Amino acid sequence: MVAPGAPIRLSPAPADSPRITRALELLQEVKDPEIPTISVLELGLIRSVSEFPDGLEVEMMPTFLGCPALDALRTQIREDLGILGRILVRVVTEEPWTTSRISEEGRRKLAQAGLAPPPVGELELNVLQPRVSCPYCHSEDTRMENPFGPTLCRAIHYCNACRQPFEGFKAI
Amino acid sequence: MKPMDPRVSLLLSIADDEFILGYRDSEWTGIAPMLEEDVALSSMSQDEVGHARALYELAAELDGRSPDALAYGREPREYLHCQLVERPRGDWAYTMARQFLYDAADSARTQAATRSAHAPLAQVAAKILREEKYHRMHGETWMRKLAHGTQESRSRLEAALTELWPDLTGFFEPVAGEEALLRDGTWPVPMRELVVPWWAGVTAVLEEHGLPIPAGAPGCFQDPVPGGRSGRHSPAFSELLEEMTSVYRSDPGATW
Repeated sequence: MVAPGAPIRLSPAPADSPRITRALELLQEVKDPEIPTISVLELGLIRSVSEFPDGLEVEMMPTFLGCPALDALRTQIREDLGILGRILVRVVTEEPWTTSRISEEGRRKLAQAGLAPPPVGELELNVLQPRVSCPYCHSEDTRMENPFGPTLCRAIHYCNACRQPFEGFKAI
Repeated sequence: MKPMDPRVSLLLSIADDEFILGYRDSEWTGIAPMLEEDVALSSMSQDEVGHARALYELAAELDGRSPDALAYGREPREYLHCQLVERPRGDWAYTMARQFLYDAADSARTQAATRSAHAPLAQVAAKILREEKYHRMHGETWMRKLAHGTQESRSRLEAALTELWPDLTGFFEPVAGEEALLRDGTWPVPMRELVVPWWAGVTAVLEEHGLPIPAGAPGCFQDPVPGGRSGRHSPAFSELLEEMTSVYRSDPGATW
């Protein structure tokens, strides 16, 4: 099984570019508007950052095509990185974003926010929603209430042990 | 009026299907029979409109009009969705049966789209295919629930399937200029040939639940009456479009 997380193409390497180094620091501060504990880097939304003479180009991937946060994130990246020069943010579909791109740290931060991280492995199997452990009490005695939730990326679960509903990030 | 670039027609036909179906599904928000289904259908509707948006953006790159102008600003006869998706939502069984039948057809079409020589379409299609897995699971679940629920749920489902069946021919109607798209690889397979995998998948589910297969083998789909893909739509669509575009038309070109 592939370890969670995804490499970002950086051009040039951070060791050779203070601008790229700083861009990564700034991107770590760009958080998901609905889940403010997790950054776009930890979600694996950033495919590449490339340096040009007058600025940077950032390629980002949509989580779900209908996600309304996409435009907000794009604007925020452009604004926050603006001190580094002219910023071009391109939304790319060359490869589909998958939940395996969420880093280990990202998965921990989702759980901290009360959101069960997505199940790993084949999407076909995960659509049937295997049991997820409760982000509050860590019990495996949970059930899925609805594969659809308040946002495209979330399902609704219930913990029989601590009797709390919780949301889970859907595998995609 | 100069003939439209067939690549644009193709992209609009898929985008319009998703957009109009997304609109119809969103009509259940607030009034679905169960809270979970209110959330489910609203979520799937958001997916569909998101798919439409991605495809309108691809069409806009080739056409020149903005994605919003394409989505909201055309005349009714310029929309290329199949009439299946413009029908009023009906009862719950009708909506669920339409979702099941449409999603099976859309799945065959989207898989074909992943083989398009037009790379942006192939890429968006690969993404759509992943997201649609949840929709297909939902539709198949409801076919089972309605078929094996009560006498009433079963009879409503059977009535819905019978009513929807003839509309499926319109899904497989090709857009004008399909021959050119097949030649250059933008589209890998004639739309009418996609009836075959659709039929196999759908009849397997109907048989599994002991549901009668409505009259008409795939052969009857060979010469469909030109419908939505040729811009022919029902009065229901004119009403839908008027309502859906009322905000846009109040100030076209406004930014939000």
